[in-house]
Amino acid sequence: MEQAQETLLREFEEKIECGFAIEPKDKMPAGYRKHLVRQMSQHAHSEVIGMQPEGNWVTRAPSLRAKQILLAKIQDEGGHGLYLYSAAETLGVSRDELIEQLHTGKAKYSNIFNYPALSWADIGAIGWLVDGAAIVNQVSLQRTSYGPYSRAMVRICKEESFHQRQGYEIMAKMMAGTADQKAMAQDAMNRWWWPSLMMFGPHDSDSPHTGDAFRWKIKRHSNDELRQKFIDKTVQQAEVIGLTIPDKDLKWNEEKKCYDHGEINWEEFYRVIGGDGPCNKQRMEHHIRVHNEGAWVREAAEAYSAKQQYSKNA
Amino acid sequence: MTADNQLDVWEVFMQSKPGANYIHAGSIHASDKQMALQNARDTYSRRGEGTSIWVVPSSAIVASNPEDNGMFFDPANDKIYRHPTFYVMPEGAKAI
Repeated sequence: MEQAQETLLREFEEKIECGFAIEPKDKMPAGYRKHLVRQMSQHAHSEVIGMQPEGNWVTRAPSLRAKQILLAKIQDEGGHGLYLYSAAETLGVSRDELIEQLHTGKAKYSNIFNYPALSWADIGAIGWLVDGAAIVNQVSLQRTSYGPYSRAMVRICKEESFHQRQGYEIMAKMMAGTADQKAMAQDAMNRWWWPSLMMFGPHDSDSPHTGDAFRWKIKRHSNDELRQKFIDKTVQQAEVIGLTIPDKDLKWNEEKKCYDHGEINWEEFYRVIGGDGPCNKQRMEHHIRVHNEGAWVREAAEAYSAKQQYSKNA
Repeated sequence: MTADNQLDVWEVFMQSKPGANYIHAGSIHASDKQMALQNARDTYSRRGEGTSIWVVPSSAIVASNPEDNGMFFDPANDKIYRHPTFYVMPEGAKAI
């Protein structure tokens, strides 16, 4: 038995080594399946919970144009959640289980959504920085080894660039506005910069999951590599519109051809993950409430379907 | 149907333009055919990705087994007469 397991693992890893994609019915080690369910469901939950800070601004968007854009973006986020849930379901876990894991706290969502969207500039910062950081991660994941996950990522990446551009446009407009608008944009930048860097997770030296994930090509780039990529492309964008990056240690390293940055506050990161962020409670309560309030819709749909079935058979 | 009735799973196939193959886009949840089509449109064609959609209950899909791949997809390379280059054409024949 043990030998069979070892043979299975060896064959699996050879396949991965050769660059083959893994599909739902292929044999895979339990650890691979478990890692994927954890990562993909966390990713799906993040898309869905991420609708909340933005939804907060739909009724107060400053123009009809801005409102239409925000609605379309939020709809996309919901869609991205659905792509990812359905990709995770190919691993044999049901949607109910995934939602239950979210509600019981067994499954996490991205820490960033435990921060509030306080002003309209925050909608700009979320699109530009938060989606910008997400894109860097998602572009890398397009080459992940699990077929359905990779395909979902390709689809998501096609849509995300609109999200980032609309956010940057909001920031650029505000930075071209009055002193108050500029201050508002800079304030949003100051609050979202560090949490955005934290989105990539702990430093490689402290990251507990990386070994298997790399060998099995679930992850293709390390947390620090991705974070660096994000910083390097964002600094210039900030400069163009006159925003200051709130990091006094940020400076170009000519030798390494990239930016050095200051110390990330990991204490805050772990504190927020642990449940003590500004909005953890609110986000989860909202999701649970809406889920429960929507139960009658699902029941009505089932009843309608049963009735149709019944009249067809009668 | 499951404990908290998240509705049945359907597979979505999309044709990008008339004449193209239908390609698997992903899956959705729905309680009936009409809702399945509607959800498939909302989820997988928000930017004109499709001009036609098929939805199929996932439970109705029959899939081959990866363990049988060797035998099932044997390329039958010994049957070289399946390829046009196997045949000897008379000297001088054109457009064949």
